[in-house]
Amino acid sequence: MGIDFFILMKSELLLAVIIFILLFIKVGSKEWKNEQMLNIVNVLLLVNFIAGFFGNKDGMLFNDMFKTNQLIVLEKCILNLGTFIISLQAYTWLKNHKHVLEFYMLLLASLMGMFYMISSGNLLMFYLGLELSTIPLAALANFDLEKRKSSEAAFKLIMSSAFSSGLLLFGISMMYGTTGTLNFTELSQHLDGSALQLFAFILLFTGFAFKISVVPFHLWTADVYEGSPVAITSFLSVISKGAFIFAFISVLYNVFKPLADTWYNMLFLLSVLTMVIGNLFAIRQNNLKRFLAFSSIAQVGFILVGISGSSQAGTASVIYFILIYIFSNLGAFGVIALVSALTVKEGIEDYKGFYKTNPLLTWVLTIALFSLAGIPPTAGFFGKFFLIMAGAAKGNYTLIIIAALNMIVSLYYYLRVVKAMFMDKNEQPIEKLVINNYSKLALFICVSGIVLTGFVSWVYDYIYSLSTGF
Amino acid sequence: MNDIPLTHILFVSTALFFIGMYGLFTRRNMITMLMSVELILNSVNINFVAFNKYLFPDKLEGVFFSIFVVTIAAAEAAVAIAIIINLYRSHNSIDVEDAGEMKY
Repeated sequence: MGIDFFILMKSELLLAVIIFILLFIKVGSKEWKNEQMLNIVNVLLLVNFIAGFFGNKDGMLFNDMFKTNQLIVLEKCILNLGTFIISLQAYTWLKNHKHVLEFYMLLLASLMGMFYMISSGNLLMFYLGLELSTIPLAALANFDLEKRKSSEAAFKLIMSSAFSSGLLLFGISMMYGTTGTLNFTELSQHLDGSALQLFAFILLFTGFAFKISVVPFHLWTADVYEGSPVAITSFLSVISKGAFIFAFISVLYNVFKPLADTWYNMLFLLSVLTMVIGNLFAIRQNNLKRFLAFSSIAQVGFILVGISGSSQAGTASVIYFILIYIFSNLGAFGVIALVSALTVKEGIEDYKGFYKTNPLLTWVLTIALFSLAGIPPTAGFFGKFFLIMAGAAKGNYTLIIIAALNMIVSLYYYLRVVKAMFMDKNEQPIEKLVINNYSKLALFICVSGIVLTGFVSWVYDYIYSLSTGF
Repeated sequence: MNDIPLTHILFVSTALFFIGMYGLFTRRNMITMLMSVELILNSVNINFVAFNKYLFPDKLEGVFFSIFVVTIAAAEAAVAIAIIINLYRSHNSIDVEDAGEMKY
């Protein structure tokens, strides 16, 4: 205890401090302008991101309930970076919003829940972190209070997340009944694959599958992504999904290692379903947010291929892919958020002739979509390459061939958007948009991330060196 | 008290779980759907307390877990009801069929 307490829980405590600062600003002064408050928040988030790299230590707290090591710190830094980019992108939308500080309090509370979930060493802690991350998100999805679609999306999100956490809890209770412990390390020693344990494991797995929108449990994804404000959509699709995948991979690899044969088959089946159905539904979408929702479902399928590799390369490639995915998806969402905040247009038809009026934004969106599709010079190619290599190490080539074929299908719908922007003629294209400095900075970070993470081989090597073996 | 075997209690909790699930899938009123979710969470509580009492009486983990589940269920219900109230303002209805603008 003592000083260790502050060092080990640094990321969480920093977020708590920021939330309290915002609370004091909210209570203390009413006459601050939105722009001033947004400047303060962005500076605080930047400080939070930079402070994440310093003074870290490995260790356990609270009777092994809370654990942290260098890999977990890296994961938290990745999530912090993503939140910072989203905050920069939300500037245009939040500038005229009545409830700026509430937005950030809920957002950071959700992020803090994710941090606790990632570093949990106990099922109770894990469940608390999970709920702390999902309940504020449902409130955030309803943040455009007067919009019909926004409240519909929020209702769908809270109902499906409540149901999925119910399933997860039932699984946890059965797991507790068969093993008599909630601690992760003790739990994995007691696993023997009895029928009740498998039932409990399937329920736990289902709870996770809901959160990362794996296919039979993906039905809420597209509706929630379309209805909620763009900033929340990008938070849900990148940060929330990334955090759940980090937690998922550590739970699968460390706790449920004795059941590896069982979950390998589950992952195989679900990743094929996820890739195929995500891709096929993405083809027929006309709303860009809905389109990105289905494309993100398909990306989860590829991530599951990487996870199924169950090796050190599996962990490393998934974390590396999430880092790239944050840059490329946020690049795409950044452009969409700008256009949606300034013109309220979100359809693919509206983007016809976009290149004529906004060449810079068009290039950013194009590079982001190329990276999502996995076209070589961009980082997305390397991300998918490592994922598939990690999956291939297991020797199940059916899965790899299906994944490769799905990458070709995905090219069709990503390039359809690019074609609409560059080639299609339009009488009334979206007019020239004025971009503020914050959005420019966010797009710059995204584009440089997409280009650099692929070429700087040091990034992957570093993640690989931190990852633990299977 | 120990005359009642554990399986009886597990039967009750599992039945409650599936009643909740059935209610969630068939009911069309948002408040009733929320009540069904609460049934699921309560079945989990019964499970935890029963397992703790019968199988591991020397530890208290299960009881603590059920206390946390009750707390979080309350928070979840509060947010869900706030969302439903807001939805009622724009839709003038709390029937799920009326909140179906976005599909496929």
